[in-house]
Amino acid sequence: MNKALTKIKDIANNIYQKIMKKKQPQLKSPLRSLSNVKYDPKDGFFELLGKEKVRTLTASSVKTFAQTLRMMALSKELIEKDDIATKREAYYVSKNWAEARFKEQVDSDSIMDDIEAMLMVNREQLGFIPEEKGGEVAGKLIVIDKDPETGKKIRIDCTKFGSGAYSIPISVEHLKFETNAKFILAIETAGMFQRLVKHKFWKKANCILISMGGVPTRACRRFIRRLSEDKKIPVYAFTDGDPYGYFNIYRTLKVGSGNAAHINQYFCVPNARFIGITPQDIIEYKLPTHPLKEVDIKRAKDALKNDPFVQHYKEWQKAIKQLVQMKVRAEQQALAKWGLNYVIEKYLPQKLKDTKKWLP
Amino acid sequence: MVNNETKAHEFAKKQREISIAEFFEKNRHLLGFDNKRKALLTTIKEAVDNSLDACDEAGILPEVIVEVIDMQNDRFKVIVEDNGPGIVKSQIPKIFAKLLYGSKFHKLSQSRGQQGIGISAAVLYGQLTTGKPVKITSKISPSQPAHYYELMIDTKNNKPYIIKEETVDWKKPHGTKVEIDLEGSYQKGDQSIDQYLKQTAVVNPHVTLIYTSPKAEQFVFARATNKLPVHPKEIKPHPYGVELGMLLRMLHDTEARTLQSFLTNEFSRIGAGTAKQICENAALLPSTKPKAVTREMAEKLMEGIKKTKIIAPPTDCLSPIGAEALEKGLKKEISAEFFTAVTRPPSVYRGNPFIIEAGIAYGGQQNSDSQAKLLRFANRVPLLYQQSACAITKSVITTSWRKYGLQQSSNSLPIGPVTIAVHIASVWVPFTSESKEAIAHYPEIIKEIKLALQECGRKLSVYIHKKRRIFAESKKRSYIETYIPHVAQALKELLSLKEKDKEKTEQLLKEILEKHRGELEKIIVNNPDFDEELALEGETNE
Repeated sequence: MNKALTKIKDIANNIYQKIMKKKQPQLKSPLRSLSNVKYDPKDGFFELLGKEKVRTLTASSVKTFAQTLRMMALSKELIEKDDIATKREAYYVSKNWAEARFKEQVDSDSIMDDIEAMLMVNREQLGFIPEEKGGEVAGKLIVIDKDPETGKKIRIDCTKFGSGAYSIPISVEHLKFETNAKFILAIETAGMFQRLVKHKFWKKANCILISMGGVPTRACRRFIRRLSEDKKIPVYAFTDGDPYGYFNIYRTLKVGSGNAAHINQYFCVPNARFIGITPQDIIEYKLPTHPLKEVDIKRAKDALKNDPFVQHYKEWQKAIKQLVQMKVRAEQQALAKWGLNYVIEKYLPQKLKDTKKWLP
Repeated sequence: MVNNETKAHEFAKKQREISIAEFFEKNRHLLGFDNKRKALLTTIKEAVDNSLDACDEAGILPEVIVEVIDMQNDRFKVIVEDNGPGIVKSQIPKIFAKLLYGSKFHKLSQSRGQQGIGISAAVLYGQLTTGKPVKITSKISPSQPAHYYELMIDTKNNKPYIIKEETVDWKKPHGTKVEIDLEGSYQKGDQSIDQYLKQTAVVNPHVTLIYTSPKAEQFVFARATNKLPVHPKEIKPHPYGVELGMLLRMLHDTEARTLQSFLTNEFSRIGAGTAKQICENAALLPSTKPKAVTREMAEKLMEGIKKTKIIAPPTDCLSPIGAEALEKGLKKEISAEFFTAVTRPPSVYRGNPFIIEAGIAYGGQQNSDSQAKLLRFANRVPLLYQQSACAITKSVITTSWRKYGLQQSSNSLPIGPVTIAVHIASVWVPFTSESKEAIAHYPEIIKEIKLALQECGRKLSVYIHKKRRIFAESKKRSYIETYIPHVAQALKELLSLKEKDKEKTEQLLKEILEKHRGELEKIIVNNPDFDEELALEGETNE
């Protein structure tokens, strides 16, 4: 039997037996937050500490208790019928649950994450899939996929998309790779990706370009991880010079998030390095800046105070303190001040050469 | 000059003594006869107060029958009959037909009436508006006949004018019956006769009142206790409460030979030592003859009293209702869930001892959106008019009720299903006017009232919070229960349970909930004194 299905039934049975014995039934799941993770560079990702939340027959938790069980029942049905539901569809299914329905999709997403964390499985194994795309790839890479109908191997050459790109699928476990590239460059914005693709930077630098389009999706992270592990190639992240780029994007790519710490093990890229815009770059390249917004400052202070990753690296602490002191931020596209192709001709080559300017 | 003299002589011809009766004929509002509605109430109030005072003084459990008959054209006949000690024949005319004649003015003791003006004023009012005499029947013992009088007041001379007098047969062993015809108007509502009698029943749980309204409805406010109020002792005035005019009169009237013995004999709390000290502080010889004391010397004496430390007056002259009896009174007349009452220890204002009592009736059928109902009482008499001018109202308004669980906007009465009763018992209640409707704002009195209210408030808040807690808990439970079917449904789907097992799951979950959260506390409303049938009588339905 499916591993996830076995776990779901075990938990349900456990609750049922408790009820039959007239004992208060309860569901325990790991607390999904930064306060419940630790960072060990040897493992390379955020790992869960032991904190748990308990849902039972109390006024504050009974609703989520019932919702979690109903969501588990939906998952069981999906697995048994070998069907899938998008996160949004699951949300709409709950509209039949009267008082137990979800008001907003964030609520059903959160319960879904709880079930994942509780069972220590991936939501795809539960039959739930996200809507979001996985990211885009261009450069020296051949992806080997299967035809969904025939099961025949398909070789996808990522150099042959012209001004377009290969789109990472939602599930990447079955993919195989062929490449002789020297590194993977994970880029924050689609705009910067477009520029690098247009000028075939991948050819010049012998690399694979990946557009993350903001915070990388799970599929994107898993794709980069598998690719870099399989082919033993390093990963460099190129983001804006602001707290969002540093922590929400780069840190999530490298070590995972507090919110989904239960799956970080598979969805992190521990060997990623940061070659994006640093506070020092802002000074040295005399980049045009914007003032830090209040939300940026808050994010920076939060990171210093609560983020085990930042707390582990003095370099990051120094950088973020410097940025807060400078009170400015700079986008990666600000390099265009020195000419549209300055990034290709000067910045990236210089940065890639000078490892001292990287951040861990 | 000559002209002026002539004028003065001319004036002098018009100048003559004004009799007290003539004065009130023209100033009837001073005594509570401002309008027809109030006149009817005041008449009943004076008669009932007198009956109750007489019974209390004689140690008789009062049973008072009040009958108001609508004679049409704004005329009413008021009949008040009691089972009191009766009145000696020779006194009847003076009591009912001579203003300012009575036994209460010259002594200091707690009683309903104070000045001996009330009933005769009612008689005068009836006489002025209908021209009819007052009819009195009174009997002092089973062995003696009853005396019947028809009286009018000779207003010029303030003397009774006897129209008819005879002995009659009356089955009652003793008692008095008064019958007054007057112009009035009858309305239900907060300031009605019905309310007055109902409130009287609240603070006089030892009284039975039988009332027939002008609409011929009969109400019985039944006695809730057979315990008579403790008979209050008469006391002499305390020096701190005396004013110059009164002091001069006392000096003139005294039989004492020296100032020292005057002080020790005529006042409370003055012994020989204190008396000497007062004289010393006043720079007067203790041996001065009281009759020889001039106005200037009396002023010095006042100064001397002020400078001397004198212990507070005795308080055994007060007869409070008692917290227990007040609570009983509230219980029997008000449909509520929670009752509490307190009696404060005695206190003193201007040398007059007083006691404050307060009670609260909360919840039940009372309206929760309107202002609290305030019942004010002085010496067991309800005060129905001039609420806003009264020290009791001020005290209630300036008490912070929010912390006791009631709503309140600034400078107003709290809002909620609550009745607040406040009673002041004193040998001399400081009313703001002769019509005895509002209590003067003495800081000492306001302070005591607020302390009493706070004490009640604290008990009230315990109850309100308990009630809210139970309400919140039962709300939580029913919230949790709405999700029980979902838990059972999910388990049915997850474990492919049969419908029967699903139902059992739901049942067991309910049991677990009950077991886990404990039994729901219950509020027990235990009020054996409350009889809906009786209590609702006299309720105002406007």
